[in-house]
Amino acid sequence: MTDSAGAVIHTVELSKHFDAVRAVDELTVSIPKTGITSIVGPNGSGKSTFVNLLSGTLPIDGGLVIIDGVGLRVVKAHESPQHGVTRTFQEVRLFDQISAWDNIMVVLTERRLLPSLLERRRPAHREKAERILKEVGMWEKREAMAGELSYGQRKLLEIGRAMAMDAQTYLFDEPFAGLFPQMLERVKEIVVRMRDEGHTLIFISHNMDIVRELPDHLIVLDSGKLLTQGEVHDVLSREEVIEAYLGE
Amino acid sequence: MSVIPQALRERPRADIERVATVFVLGWAVAFMLWQGTGFTVTLMTVFAIWAILAVSLNLVVGFTGLLSVGHIGFFGIGAYTMAILASDASYDQLRTEAIPTPGWPFFAALPIAVALTALVAIGVGIVFNRFRDDIFVLVSFGFAIIAFSFFLNLREITRGAFGIHEIPRPAFGGWVLDGEVEFLVFALVCLGLVVLLCWLIVTSSFGRVLTAIREDEEAIAVFGYQVTHFKLAVWVLSAMMAGLAGALFASWTSFIDPNSFILLESMLLIAIVILGGLATIWGSLLGAMAFVLLEEGMRFLPFLPAEFVGQARQVVLGVLLVLLMLFRPQGLVGRYRL
Repeated sequence: MTDSAGAVIHTVELSKHFDAVRAVDELTVSIPKTGITSIVGPNGSGKSTFVNLLSGTLPIDGGLVIIDGVGLRVVKAHESPQHGVTRTFQEVRLFDQISAWDNIMVVLTERRLLPSLLERRRPAHREKAERILKEVGMWEKREAMAGELSYGQRKLLEIGRAMAMDAQTYLFDEPFAGLFPQMLERVKEIVVRMRDEGHTLIFISHNMDIVRELPDHLIVLDSGKLLTQGEVHDVLSREEVIEAYLGE
Repeated sequence: MSVIPQALRERPRADIERVATVFVLGWAVAFMLWQGTGFTVTLMTVFAIWAILAVSLNLVVGFTGLLSVGHIGFFGIGAYTMAILASDASYDQLRTEAIPTPGWPFFAALPIAVALTALVAIGVGIVFNRFRDDIFVLVSFGFAIIAFSFFLNLREITRGAFGIHEIPRPAFGGWVLDGEVEFLVFALVCLGLVVLLCWLIVTSSFGRVLTAIREDEEAIAVFGYQVTHFKLAVWVLSAMMAGLAGALFASWTSFIDPNSFILLESMLLIAIVILGGLATIWGSLLGAMAFVLLEEGMRFLPFLPAEFVGQARQVVLGVLLVLLMLFRPQGLVGRYRL
């Protein structure tokens, strides 16, 4: 079990229900500040709901989220960057009718109303957007509308948009799903590079090859509850995980 | 699907924009040459007022994705504020419907008209901020109805159906802009300022956030933007411009009554914005010009009896809207779709 004192994110009896369905059921987990953490579990186990609660995309029904030592009973979406958290979505949510370039630029710019009215194109933002688009392999497509890109390109652009936030913690909801091998390798490189730079990476995945290869820590959910968590190899060898999830 | 619409869709965007621009401007020039100076001045003044309304509404509808049909309410508030504050107190009003009016000059009433529109927009916007999509359309519809009811029924202030007369023209010291050409120049200067302000807004970081809100306001919130603040800000800015247009309209016509602010006018305004194109200032200018030409031009159709002109205009605009939605939902020079 991870020591909660060294955790960047710690939840205490976190709950979310939709009518009678307990999507996240009194979940108490710790996500270490260093390394990559993967969240796995069968469909409907509450993985995406858990990420939505951490990023404020869904309101919390009960329990507590502690991010970098700050306890929160309410996480507001627009405040999550202040807690050093950013994310991607399971179903890619880009700004479809603006260009790939503007999809990156928009998250780089001023958050306050009046300064944002006065802010024009800043060279530092342009340089950063260019660097990120090149890193995710989307530089050639920068003028294309996000909605016209292929699924894999959209995934990469969404990861790039999250990277532009310079957050401490990145919540990636199924970043490897539906990617061609070349794109998948690129995302893996990005994730490892960010881990090496000291960021906290948390991703949801159904791809067991990646789950065995990439993360340092694993959280296994089942029916909104914590089945187990810990070091990858340790968790994957546990009998309850094999029975409930891996089925092998 | 027929061949023509397919061809329309496949043509490069710049091509269609160019054709639309040349067509509308050519139509305007030909019409003005045919009708002479006096009519041209009137037509251009109507255009300037509608264009201010269209450009300002496009900030909300096109750039931010809030389909408001209540813009006419703000237009009316600006017009009535100007009328109430500036109309000539010595005018022989019907005794039973007399209203107290301070008889301010145009330029004293103008900032109050714009500020009062902003105040109402803040109040309405705070309530509307919780709504989106279809519900937003419905509540903005409600606002237009409520505003009209106030104009009609608050007789102690608005004189109700009698309307308000003798609204003065702008005056710089002793120089009153009572000539039609002078007023047109003034209206075009106002339009120019509104266009400049809108251009500054949409090309700023603020403008880029608006387009992200239009696309997915939940997603942009995750990146630290307080969406409700941005929506409220653009809503109020847009309303203020509509208030300015209302004040100009009241001064130009010198008489207003509630019939100028009915819901149908809002629908026509939406039609102009969609016709020109969403999220494009140039499109709104072009849409307003096309609308004014259509509106005024139909007077001169020899086979159309005068009493049917009004209805015929609405039918033509309605058909145009349906055709646009079918074959070119982004409008004449627009890039985005509702």
